[in-house]
Amino acid sequence: MMNATLDLKSDFPILAREIHGRPLAYLDNAATTQKPLCVIERVSNFYRTRNSNIHRGVHSLSEESSTLYEDARETVRAFIGAGDMREIVFTAGTTDAINLLARALGDCTTGGDAPFGDETRYSSDAQIGEGDEILVTGMEHHSNLLPWQDLCRRRGAVLRVLPLERNGTLHMEDISRRITSRTRLVAVTHVSNVTGIVNPVEELVRHAHDRGALVLVDGAQAVAHMPVDVASLDCDFYVFSGHKMFAENGIGVLYGKAARLEELPPARVGGGMVTSVTLESRREADLPLRFEAGTPNYPAAVSLAEAIRYLQRIGMQRIREHENTLHEYMREQLVKVGGLTVYGSAPEHSGSVAFNLDGIQPYDAGMIMDRMGVAVRTGTHCAEPLMRHFDINGCIRASLALYNDTDDIDRLAEAVRKAQSMLG
Amino acid sequence: MTIAEIQDQIIEEMSAHEDWFDRYEALITLGREFGAPDDSLRRDEYRISGCQSAVWLTAEMRDGRLRLRADSDSQITRGMLALLLRVFDDQPPGKVADAELYFLDAIGLRSNLSPSRANGLGTIVRAIRETARRHTG
Repeated sequence: MMNATLDLKSDFPILAREIHGRPLAYLDNAATTQKPLCVIERVSNFYRTRNSNIHRGVHSLSEESSTLYEDARETVRAFIGAGDMREIVFTAGTTDAINLLARALGDCTTGGDAPFGDETRYSSDAQIGEGDEILVTGMEHHSNLLPWQDLCRRRGAVLRVLPLERNGTLHMEDISRRITSRTRLVAVTHVSNVTGIVNPVEELVRHAHDRGALVLVDGAQAVAHMPVDVASLDCDFYVFSGHKMFAENGIGVLYGKAARLEELPPARVGGGMVTSVTLESRREADLPLRFEAGTPNYPAAVSLAEAIRYLQRIGMQRIREHENTLHEYMREQLVKVGGLTVYGSAPEHSGSVAFNLDGIQPYDAGMIMDRMGVAVRTGTHCAEPLMRHFDINGCIRASLALYNDTDDIDRLAEAVRKAQSMLG
Repeated sequence: MTIAEIQDQIIEEMSAHEDWFDRYEALITLGREFGAPDDSLRRDEYRISGCQSAVWLTAEMRDGRLRLRADSDSQITRGMLALLLRVFDDQPPGKVADAELYFLDAIGLRSNLSPSRANGLGTIVRAIRETARRHTG
């Protein structure tokens, strides 16, 4: 057995639970991560001592709450290496962030048909319109596909797809041909939520920028697992969810380069995103509040900051190394079990391993594995085009986080063997 | 036999299997014995949506009784279908629509009925009952 480098299970109360009389082996981290005690207590403490709506009141609680919310923004900024707090927009999650961006990139109401607002601030050049192209990849989560399908339909733009190799990696060979002068945006996931393949994002960004295209990176499966530095990636937008990185549900981040965000209209309007309003018009707030209409989920933002501090205490590089070791061990153990197919193989992986047991429906396998106390996910994982690429209806996905250890992987292997013996 | 009598019979049979694994082994065996995959049934028009595994269901009336056919690509689901059809097939539709269904609970499959459960046993039961309702009155 390999030595895992981190020993963190005791930080996560839920991991002490038993499932069907067996200790829980939680390997569904790509769906959501569990929460460390420090985050749980932070949220509880926030409601006990600090809760008040932000940016509205002059009373002390509101000021404290607002300060914590803006501190959280600063914590996020530093965590992903953004240059400026104005570049950090809080959203409800990754899906929400991508939808917000898709609206902002395609719904600018400049000109005579725009009765309200101060549209003159925005650049109509930044809008995606008829004949423009958006390039996605064949491995995207539905959340990084459907908003772009919709935008293309609304605006008469064209959705192009960067195909995959047989092994599930991006077909990069003729990338300079695939990104054309008409390409306005490349939307790509940093890490596949199914195969765990890490994409060559820097290379894609270089090619895209050479052609004047913007790049959105879906970081939902990356931020909790590896050091992420948006400045060195040089992507224009980077999005992720709090709940997949040990924070509460209902908080996410849209990072955008300030110059890019400045060009975009707010995708939604309402309280909190304005500096003045008349019955006929409005003056909008500066970044990032312009994109945060309505009461934001400030308690969840506070929890996100706490989760980030937790990650920083451990160190993202250590987490990456620990998970790499485990990931390798998991693939080795599955191969050792045999009688199964692992989908996707790349020079770099993170988090998830996708596989099917020969002749066994993933759903059946998942049911047996659950009874063995092993939590994995089965189905299409919100990535049906990728399922079609591998010519399967679904698969089993085991996905790691920093608290997993070799014991969890041994339990996975044991559960797989049990499923095979019962169903094979 | 009535729907209740069949349910009681199933409960008695399944109670021989003490732990969960035995019960599931039994379900899987039932699934295997449920018959060869039926291509005339495995068609999109018969597919019940909302189940993670593919489930197909058809019904027709014969001599005033509801005749059901079903299939799934999941062995465990086939096992459950075998039990459900044993209970509901060849019964008057009115009885199928209204019968109290208690055997799933009694044999420890209750958690599979919850709406959040992706396997959709609850969805299958609802589909059978709706079909029955269409054939009543």
